[in-house]
Amino acid sequence: MESLLSNFLAKYNYWVYIGLVMIGMYAMIAKRNLVKKIIGMNIVQTAVILFYVSIGAKQGKTIPIIAHGHEEAGHHAAQAMDYISPLPHVLMLTAIVVSVATLGVALALAIKIYRQYGTLEEDEIALRINEP
Amino acid sequence: MSAHYPELVIVIPLVAAFLVLIAALVDKRFAFPLAALALLGSTLTAITLLIKVMQVGVVEYYLAGWPPPVGIAYRVDHLNSLVLVVVSAVAFINLLGTRSLVAEAFSDRIGPFYTLYILLVTGLLKIVVTGDAFNLYVLVEIAALTGYALLGMGEGRAPLSSLNYLFIGTVGASLYLLGVGYLYLVTGTLNMADLAVRVPELYNSRVVVSAFVICLAGLCIKMGFFPLHAWLPNAYSHAPDPVSSLVAPLVTKVMIYVMVRVMLFVFTPAFAFDVMRIGEPMVWLAIVAIVSGSFLALSTRRLKRMLTYIIVAEVGYMVGGFWLGNRLGISGAILHIINDAAMTLCVFLAAAALIARTGSDAIDDMQGLFKKMPVTMAVFVIAGLSIIGVPPTCGFFSKWYLISGAIAAGQYGFMAALLLSSLINLVLFFRIFEIAYFEPFEDHHAEHPTGHGRVLSAVQEAPLELLVPLVATAALLFALGIYAGDIVSLIIDKAIPVGIV
Repeated sequence: MESLLSNFLAKYNYWVYIGLVMIGMYAMIAKRNLVKKIIGMNIVQTAVILFYVSIGAKQGKTIPIIAHGHEEAGHHAAQAMDYISPLPHVLMLTAIVVSVATLGVALALAIKIYRQYGTLEEDEIALRINEP
Repeated sequence: MSAHYPELVIVIPLVAAFLVLIAALVDKRFAFPLAALALLGSTLTAITLLIKVMQVGVVEYYLAGWPPPVGIAYRVDHLNSLVLVVVSAVAFINLLGTRSLVAEAFSDRIGPFYTLYILLVTGLLKIVVTGDAFNLYVLVEIAALTGYALLGMGEGRAPLSSLNYLFIGTVGASLYLLGVGYLYLVTGTLNMADLAVRVPELYNSRVVVSAFVICLAGLCIKMGFFPLHAWLPNAYSHAPDPVSSLVAPLVTKVMIYVMVRVMLFVFTPAFAFDVMRIGEPMVWLAIVAIVSGSFLALSTRRLKRMLTYIIVAEVGYMVGGFWLGNRLGISGAILHIINDAAMTLCVFLAAAALIARTGSDAIDDMQGLFKKMPVTMAVFVIAGLSIIGVPPTCGFFSKWYLISGAIAAGQYGFMAALLLSSLINLVLFFRIFEIAYFEPFEDHHAEHPTGHGRVLSAVQEAPLELLVPLVATAALLFALGIYAGDIVSLIIDKAIPVGIV
């Protein structure tokens, strides 16, 4: 039991992302409102982004900027161990752009659907479609 | 110059996409010629690249001159140079064929339409050339986003179907991204060639196993593999005709290419086939996909919807063929990627021509079409025969490789599913031929006095600019069939890693 708890606490970042993916999936499956589904989808994407960001982090280390680089340049080499890994963070800048774009396209489609059916509730749209 | 071909294939359409948007603001008539020129350029570059790869072997290209583990590398080998030619050629032919349909349906949005069209093709081409696992995710999303926008441009239920596709597609892409994240976590690299070197040391790592499962699940969603296919029929059948004849031949096929690439060149065949041992279950899923896709096609009386269910079955062919895990099966799957792109283009273009003339996509409204549109129907028959698998059309040869592979692997269930699906395709297409050939046009009006009031005239062919690409595609089906042996021995055989027998 104790090992389970310590395991949980040591890797809480993974549990956070798993929880967020589950929340997002739940919203996409259970909610009947299209905007709520879109937000659920965005939560799933954000969860993956947070996963990437968390794997780049190191405890007690700092951001990858060499302090006083100008004055002490050449005095000692920068140690990669002292800095958090910037690569996953840079990748996620691209992923954030992708997720914003997806959100934009999804909302644009939702607007088009609203103009067409006058509602964003899936059940009501289904009723409108089945009307002759 | 020639050193930059891998980049040129993509840069030409990428730049043109934005030029088209600007040019269309000046004058709408500029949009189409510019788009056609761009796709012609990338088709020609792709063909040159294929010839170059056949002569000198793998071509590598480092973006901005940064060598692999640090920079993004494009790697063009026999497999993706072939797929590049297919993607650019299909997009080009479809662009030429659908000019009048686009001008009619999107008269006020021609610039944005062609911009999205070319961006979608750019995304697909770049998916094919890239050698970087994360870059692949971004490009999959670029292609998907432009696809959602294009599919949603239609009337009626198109926006709703497109939004549902967006939900499922985004989850698929996020799963792939998550899988790549797991791989990065244990290997520290995103370059595909580099990953393939580092993965074998980690065959027993649970992280790599999870990465494999998550990536594969994401890709299965994206390619519309049977239990995860629900988005496909709605999205493709409600889409505008010029869009569905672009998206249907290309998007699922390119995603199957991605599966082949990721399984063979990232996770390595030894891991995918021997360590994970999911070949057998995947083949069984493919059998279910083929059988259920075929029966679903049988259950609908709408032409385009029937064709989308055939795609679901065809995805089963390719996935099943790949997971047979032997050289014959994988050759068949790769050959079928090419053949199915050509067949699907041909059949969707013909359907677009028929629907544009008759104004309906119900199979029952197709009476007398052989008299009314003889050339279009002849092309439709050739495409139908190819999908059924009648020699010398190309559909026969890929099916032959798939069946030989199934026998070599001892997967008789897969062989039976392929034969059953051919029989059902026979019923599907001859049902249409019967209505179109034997049922006279007049009877339809007698039975339904409240019909659309169409006038019967002798011949009302599709416009010439649509007929020429149609006939060319039909000729291509024969050419691909006749040269199937050469394509396999000269290109596909060299694309498959030597270790696979």
